[in-house]
Amino acid sequence: MNDVLDVALRLLVVFVVFLTFPLVIGQTEHKVMAHMQGRLGPMYAGGFHGWAQLIADGVKFAQKEDVVPAGADRRIFQLAPAVALLPYLLVLLAIPIGPGEGAVGQLIDAGVFFVLAVMGVGVLGSLMAGWASANKFSLLGGLRTAAQLLAYELPMLLTAASVAMAAGTVSLPGILDAFEWWWLPWQIVGAIVFFVAGLAELQRPPFDMPVADSEIIFGAYTEYTGLRFALFLLAEYAGIVVLCGLTTVLFLGGWHGPWGADGLGWVWTLLKTAVLAFLVIWLRVTYPRLREDQLQKLSWTLLVPLSLAQIALTGVVKVVIR
Amino acid sequence: MTLAASAGLLAAGPTTRAAAETHGFLSPTGVEIAFLLVGLVTFGAALVTVTTRQLVHAALWLVVTLGGLAVEYLLLTAEFIAWVQVLIYVGSVVVLLLFGLMLTRAPIGRSPDADSGNCWAALTVAVAAAAALVWVVVDAFRTTWIDLDGPAAGSTEATGASLFQNWVLPFEALSVLLLAALVGAIVLSRKAKADAATPAGQDTGRDTEGAR
Repeated sequence: MNDVLDVALRLLVVFVVFLTFPLVIGQTEHKVMAHMQGRLGPMYAGGFHGWAQLIADGVKFAQKEDVVPAGADRRIFQLAPAVALLPYLLVLLAIPIGPGEGAVGQLIDAGVFFVLAVMGVGVLGSLMAGWASANKFSLLGGLRTAAQLLAYELPMLLTAASVAMAAGTVSLPGILDAFEWWWLPWQIVGAIVFFVAGLAELQRPPFDMPVADSEIIFGAYTEYTGLRFALFLLAEYAGIVVLCGLTTVLFLGGWHGPWGADGLGWVWTLLKTAVLAFLVIWLRVTYPRLREDQLQKLSWTLLVPLSLAQIALTGVVKVVIR
Repeated sequence: MTLAASAGLLAAGPTTRAAAETHGFLSPTGVEIAFLLVGLVTFGAALVTVTTRQLVHAALWLVVTLGGLAVEYLLLTAEFIAWVQVLIYVGSVVVLLLFGLMLTRAPIGRSPDADSGNCWAALTVAVAAAAALVWVVVDAFRTTWIDLDGPAAGSTEATGASLFQNWVLPFEALSVLLLAALVGAIVLSRKAKADAATPAGQDTGRDTEGAR
């Protein structure tokens, strides 16, 4: 009975995190973007600095009619948002937030492979949406999504493999147990490559060619309205949480902090994740969108060689210090 | 998978029954029931993949099939293999397939020309291949049972150790094979491009040569 309660509690906590953190990041994005652009952002909903704006948005989305285009492939069109969203919920289960076995939703032996594999599945949702909408802009968006995933999955995997090599394990808590502070300069190239490739996989600016609104309306999500569209948006923000959490765990030492982590490990994890999330928003405001060929070129001619060099460096250092 | 299991039951005869008696085949454990059910779903999805007339649906049913296989690996405690299966096949191969389909032709609805006259030959080959594989698997593993209560037999550590100790030669041979395929693909694609460029105009052909 105790075990069942334990599992239920963990699932509940992960679910609550899954529902609230993306909203927090969304609201932060509203405000940070506004202030970086010299305006105020939402100010009315909820009274204090528009804190309830996203709740109001949610109510609006729920009220809208759920439209499926006449020419669309009905079932796949309706299934796509779920396929896009659920993988991120599963990934959250495996991300450790503090030291010890109690601070992770589910201990997974091959954690690195699990998170990367499941994150890759989420992109299938965009592909299904792009194809099933029966709209040429959507199809173009889907095509660009697929091309982007194929290009950026490889550097992401290679840099994650570099960390796994350094730690000698592919379990996420295991990697954190093995972490030392000097891994930070050692794996810094890998960290940057991982983060950039992750941004591209989430299709966040400056890698948002698949949803480029001034060219192809909104890519794969053009035909979506109401709750299903909200689910896609939620998937994007949940993706930010997952990517920042993963970068924190793999490269920034997770719950390790400069003044010891006694009982405060989870604060460090959340703090690092929040700083990375801020960085994601900052990049969106600062950089213009990369063109499709620049996107592909960045991955194949810069990120892949860099990640290979990182793996070589990891191997050399690993052999030398042994 | 189900085919393998049921055919194995029929074909292996006395040995399987002997093993079954010690493991209680008539009172299967929850994992065995789950294995069988997932196997049925996987088999069904595989059948739909090859019989559906809608091209993109076939690719999506392939996702279900490959995902089902991954679940089977998980149930056999081979966690590492399961996630690699999802990563490579669902995450990359199917995405590549969908990319190819969307780039060329991906109509919504049925494609009447999606049926080939060779389907009987394909069925024969498939049945023969399945029979050979079932034969080999049954012959090799007929009395082997996985102890689910002990330490995981297919954990990352165990898989890695056996891969790089006992099976390192096949592993290396495979990687050389893949490298050869990769080089071949690049050579073929570049040659086709040069051939296409030459008749269109000498200048473009020379430019491609220069770029090389």
